[in-house]
Amino acid sequence: MKVLVPIKRVVDYNVKVRVKADNSGVDLANVKMAMNPFCEIAVEEAVRLKEKGVVTEIVAVSIGPKAAQEQLRTAMALGADRSILVETDEEAQPLGIAKALKAIVDEEKPELVILGKQAIDGDNNQTGQMLAALTGMPQGTFASEVNVADGKVKVTREIDGGLQTVELSLPAVVTTDLRLNEPRYASLPNIMKAKKKPLDVKAPADLGVDLAPRVTTEKVEMPPERSAGVKVGSVDELVDKLKNEAKVI
Amino acid sequence: MSVLVYAEHDNATLNKVTLSVVAAAKEIGGDITVLVAGKGCGAVAEAAAKVDGVSKVLCADNDAYEHQLAENIADLVVELAGDYSHILAAATTTGKNFAPRVAALLDAPQISEISDVVDGDTFKRPIYAGNAIATVKCADAKKVLTVRGTSFDGVAEEGGSASVENVDVVKDAGISSFVGEELAKSDRPELTSADIVISGGRGMGNGDNFEILYKVADKLGAAVGASRAAVDAGFVPNDMQVGQTGKIVAPNLYIAVGISGAIQHLAGMKDSKVIVAINKDEEAPIFQVADYGLVADLFEAVPELDSKL
Ligand SMILES: Cc1cc2nc3c(=O)[nH]c(=O)nc-3n(C[C@H](O)[C@H](O)[C@H](O)COP(=O)(O)OP(=O)(O)OC[C@H]3O[C@@H](n4cnc5c(N)ncnc54)[C@H](O)[C@@H]3O)c2cc1C
Ligand SMILES: Cc1cc2nc3c(=O)[nH]c(=O)nc-3n(C[C@H](O)[C@H](O)[C@H](O)COP(=O)(O)OP(=O)(O)OC[C@H]3O[C@@H](n4cnc5c(N)ncnc54)[C@H](O)[C@@H]3O)c2cc1C
Repeated sequence: MKVLVPIKRVVDYNVKVRVKADNSGVDLANVKMAMNPFCEIAVEEAVRLKEKGVVTEIVAVSIGPKAAQEQLRTAMALGADRSILVETDEEAQPLGIAKALKAIVDEEKPELVILGKQAIDGDNNQTGQMLAALTGMPQGTFASEVNVADGKVKVTREIDGGLQTVELSLPAVVTTDLRLNEPRYASLPNIMKAKKKPLDVKAPADLGVDLAPRVTTEKVEMPPERSAGVKVGSVDELVDKLKNEAKVI
Repeated sequence: MSVLVYAEHDNATLNKVTLSVVAAAKEIGGDITVLVAGKGCGAVAEAAAKVDGVSKVLCADNDAYEHQLAENIADLVVELAGDYSHILAAATTTGKNFAPRVAALLDAPQISEISDVVDGDTFKRPIYAGNAIATVKCADAKKVLTVRGTSFDGVAEEGGSASVENVDVVKDAGISSFVGEELAKSDRPELTSADIVISGGRGMGNGDNFEILYKVADKLGAAVGASRAAVDAGFVPNDMQVGQTGKIVAPNLYIAVGISGAIQHLAGMKDSKVIVAINKDEEAPIFQVADYGLVADLFEAVPELDSKL
C-alpha cells in the first residue's frame, strides 16, 4: 500500500527565536531550518512499515517555499521514494494546507497518511485532523504505536490520562507523537541516491485550492521575561524561603 | 454572539478545565451553552448546569460518544453548531483531537490554545514553544477555538442554574472503534490543575529513583511531572510529560529536579508562580528562570528536603 507523508520546513528546534523589533513576526533571517521533528518521526514510521513489507511506496509532500525541497530531499534520503512540493511563499494556514493535502490525496489515493502531531513553529496541532475530516477518513492522533493488519490500522494514542488504543478502517490519517520511534540519520550514500529521486513541483493553482489565510497576525510580542532569582546555599535556606518569603508551602 | 463550550469529562465528573473554558467564553460574551457528550454522563450535565455563567446544557448520552472518538464527536458538534459564533474546547488531548475536525467540516478556521481574549475576533496565543506571543484576528462568522486552561482562572463551580436539554442526535461514523485504554492511576492531584508540581528529569537516573520525588509530593500535596528525557528513557509514563509537546502547567510552585531547562521544557512550566531548580550543574539553563536555585546533588538534596518538610 501507499503512504503519504506531509512534512514541514520549520526553524530548527535548538533555535530560540527572537521577535522582530516592529512586532510583525519572528526574525527568521539566517536562522537554521530543518524538518519538523514530528515529521521526521512520520517519515521513519513509514520507512519501518516499508521495511516490514506492509508499505510499498512512500510519497513525501510539502507545502511551502522552494527551499522546502531540502527537507523533501532529506525525507527521500531517509527512505521516501518520491516527493511533491506545492510551492508557495505565502504562510499557508492549517485549513489551507489540509485542503491542498486533500487534493494530493485525491490524486495519489494513499491508504495511510502519516503526519506530525504538531509543527514546532505554529504549534497548531490541526493539520492531520483537518485533512482527516476533509477526506472523510478516521484519525489516530498522537500515536505511540501503529499496527497495520487485515485492512485496518490499530493506533495507540498518548492522551492526557495515559494511553488509548483505537482501531481505524483504511484509508486513515495518523499523527505522530514523540514515543512512536527514534528517527534514523540519513547515510551519505542514501543522501546521494535521494538527489536522483523524483521531486515534482506544483503550484497551488494546479490543485485548485485557495491558500489565502483566514487568520491574520496583528502582532507578535515577546512573552513576559522571567528573570533569574537567587541561588540558595542549603536545603534549610530553600525551605525557609518557600515558607516565609514566597509563602507557597 | 453565542458560544458553545464542549465539556471535558470522564462520563462521571466534569473536569475543572471546563471552568477555564467557560471563563474564556465569558470574556468573548453572549449566551453560553455547554455540550456534554458521553455515555451515562447525566451527572456531568447536572454539574455543568450549576456552573456560573452557563445558560443552557445540551446532553448527548449515547454509546457512540462513550470514548470521545473524534469522528463521532466532530459529527455531533457539527450537527449542533447552528448559529453559535464560537465553538470552544479545552486544549487537552480530547479537544485537540476533535476540534480541528469540526473546524474543517464547517470550513471555519481554528485558533489553537488561546491564552487571552482581546475581543470576539482577536485572541492571543503562544507560538514557537512560547518564545513569542501572537495576537491573531479572524473575522469569519464562525470560529473554533481551543483554550489553554492554565491561562484562564476558572469560573465558580456553583452559582448557575441552567436547564439541561437532552439531545438525541446519534452520530456513529462507523470508521473507528475503541479497543482499550491504560489510564494512569494516582491518588495525587492532577498535573495541570495542581497547586504544586515537582518534576524529575534525566538526572533522576531511573524510574525507581522517582520514589524520592513521590515522597516529597505526598508531603506537599503535589503532582509529579517529568521532562521528555525522563519519559523517553522509560522512567515514567507519557502522561507525566511537561512541556511544549506535553502538558502545560502553571502551579504556584514548580520544583524542577535534575532537569536542564531546554526551551521545550520551559514552554510547559515557565508561567508557574514560583520556580525552584535543583541541579548539580550551576550552568544549567533552568537556573535562568528559577526564583530559587539550589546547586546540589539531587540524591542528597531531595531526601533532605523530604526530612525537613
Ligand atoms: C509568527 C507566525 C505568524 C504567522 N502568521 C501567519 C499569517 O499571518 N498568515 C498565515 O497564513 N500563516 C501564518 N503563520 C503560519 C501558520 O500559523 C502555521 O505555521 C501554519 O498554518 C501551519 O500550522 P502548523 O505548522 O502549526 O500546523 P500543525 O497542524 O501543527 O502541523 C502538523 C503537521 O501537519 C503537516 N504540515 C503542516 N504544515 C505543512 C506544510 N506546509 N506542508 C506539508 N505538511 C505540513 C506536518 O506533517 C506537520 O507535522 C504564522 C506563523 C507564525 C509562527
Ligand atoms: C520536537 C521536540 C519536542 C520536545 N518536547 C518536549 C517537552 O514537551 N517536554 C520536555 O521536557 N522536553 C521536550 N523536548 C526535549 C528537550 O529538548 C530536552 O531534550 C529535554 O527537556 C531534556 O530533559 P532533561 O532536562 O531531563 O535532560 P537533560 O537535558 O539531560 O538534563 C539533565 C539534567 O540533570 C542534571 N543532573 C544529572 N544528575 C544530577 C544529580 N545527581 N543531581 C542533580 N542534577 C543532576 C544535569 O546537570 C542536567 O542539567 C522536546 C524536544 C523536541 C525535539
